[in-house]
Amino acid sequence: MSGDPTLERIAQGEGLALCAAGNWTARFAPALERIVSDAEKLRGSRPHIFIDVSQVASLDTFGAWLIERLRRSLSDASAEAEIAGLSANYSSLVDEVRRVGPAPRVVSDRLSITGMLEQIGRTVAGVSGTIIGLVDMLGAVLAAAGNVLIHPRSFRLTSTVHHLEQVCWRAVPIVVLITFLIGCIISQQGIFHFRRFGADIFVVDMLGVLVLREIGVLLVAIMVAGRSGSAYTAELGSMKMREEIDALRTMGFDPIEVLILPRMLALVLALPILAFLGAMAALYGGGLVAWLYGGVDPEAFLLRLRDAISIDHFIVGMVKAPVMAAVIGIVACVEGLAVQGSAESLGQHTTASVVKGIFFVIVMDGVFAIFFASIGM
Amino acid sequence: MAEQDDAIIRVRDITVQFGSTRVLDGLDLDVKRGEILGFVGPSGAGKSVLTRTIIGLVPKVSGRIEVFGVDLDAASSAQRRAVERRWGILFQQGALFSSLTVRQNIQFPAREYLRVSQRLLDEIMVAKLVMVGLKPEVADRYPSELSGGMIKRVALARALALDPELVFLDEPTSGLDPIGAGDFDELVRTLQRTLGLTVFMVTHDLDSLYTACDRIAVLGNGKIIAAGSIADMKASQHPWLQQYFNGKRARAVVA
Repeated sequence: MSGDPTLERIAQGEGLALCAAGNWTARFAPALERIVSDAEKLRGSRPHIFIDVSQVASLDTFGAWLIERLRRSLSDASAEAEIAGLSANYSSLVDEVRRVGPAPRVVSDRLSITGMLEQIGRTVAGVSGTIIGLVDMLGAVLAAAGNVLIHPRSFRLTSTVHHLEQVCWRAVPIVVLITFLIGCIISQQGIFHFRRFGADIFVVDMLGVLVLREIGVLLVAIMVAGRSGSAYTAELGSMKMREEIDALRTMGFDPIEVLILPRMLALVLALPILAFLGAMAALYGGGLVAWLYGGVDPEAFLLRLRDAISIDHFIVGMVKAPVMAAVIGIVACVEGLAVQGSAESLGQHTTASVVKGIFFVIVMDGVFAIFFASIGM
Repeated sequence: MAEQDDAIIRVRDITVQFGSTRVLDGLDLDVKRGEILGFVGPSGAGKSVLTRTIIGLVPKVSGRIEVFGVDLDAASSAQRRAVERRWGILFQQGALFSSLTVRQNIQFPAREYLRVSQRLLDEIMVAKLVMVGLKPEVADRYPSELSGGMIKRVALARALALDPELVFLDEPTSGLDPIGAGDFDELVRTLQRTLGLTVFMVTHDLDSLYTACDRIAVLGNGKIIAAGSIADMKASQHPWLQQYFNGKRARAVVA
């Protein structure tokens, strides 16, 4: 294609003229870079070198900089290379790039054994920081709750109801659907394996105990951590990024009271409700499969269920729910407030919120299991 | 094809509607090669909407937009990309990539489109920073560590990364101190002269209109109500123009 940039070398007595022609623009940057690096090798070959740019068809920052770079590398202590034939239009551009200095070096972390060990050490040390952060947030939320108890007027009912709608009412369909399916699966698997011993009916015991004590609340808590914990972190995080939380603070509001307390309260109310609905849906699904697949008719199922479970199982399940909700909420809010200025950081903290939320929910479940076992419930 | 004149952007009869609100109503506009067009109008008149419609971020109900003689609705995706390489856009809030450093932000378009060495990318990045009046030391900062004015400048450097022929500036001087804003106008002028840029500038800044712009277009009621030089604007009988160009602030600028 015509207009390709060229750099012709013309000897002029003692000196050398480098005649640039064509388009010295960004589009041709790869070719330009090659031409200029070739010409840079001429350094010191002649006492006097000048660069003639009068034939250049068009020039932009890329071209102007490469000409300037060539001029600098051809100059040495004895002789300064010169640029000749600059039109008035382009001279200001060349003047502009003349001010360019060297680029600051990128400080890059090299991969090394010590670096990796350091990273592991920092991560382990960070665990205590995480725990302190969670306890700190728990304290702040309880203090805000105490303050609201003393001054009930500062309680944000509208906000709480709004969040309750988001985390509870809107979560009902998906929670009920998933727990229903899990109930179906437990029941089907139970019947399939118990049938070999002729013990089909014990599937009802298994379903009742498992759903009411463990699966119902645990599954719902994990779903809520994924669904609402992540939403809380993303909301608070983007508010942090846009300085909305700082704005709130400067207006004399406590962000914990305005933003976090209504969210926590909504979650603590929502999880028991969802866990109850989930348990019912799982029992219903299990019963349905037991009837259609296992031939246990509904009356026999209910009769067996009444024998198999006591109110204790139900209480054990329900007591866990608000505690798990509090854990999810606190983790989500701590992560949300830890978001820094970038989109990447928002993503990292939202991920961390869900991962840590689920982890702590399972840890809490283990602690509860030990506790209830030792009090004989 | 339409007659060949030197209009770099040709907008014909475009209508943009959000729900039942008609923002632009049969608007026509030409931007000529090499000029700096200042685009003014009351807040909420749809200046940013027009800019975003031209660059294809807002869908239009009807009308025709040509940039560099390419009809953007009829263009293939390759043609569209070719056009997009030839323009640069400075968004109102900067729209820098928050997870990249200043260096990576400015190098991003060049790294994607040109196969050149890291050394040249770095050098060009410094050249752009110097051009927009920043020190090379800011290169490894993140956008969240920059002041508002610096964000504007870095965003301009990124808009200029590929040495475009056409730049859209959405309120470039808002949020800058008067000296900084004056420098910015001067900078736009210099770049326009040296690089032969065409500039489409949405602005509220009277100083910019006086010092930087060759021509002014005024938006009102979804149409261009006037277009011409500063003198034409001042001579206009339109009440909003009267107030805008002959008001108290305007007199202070002239004096």
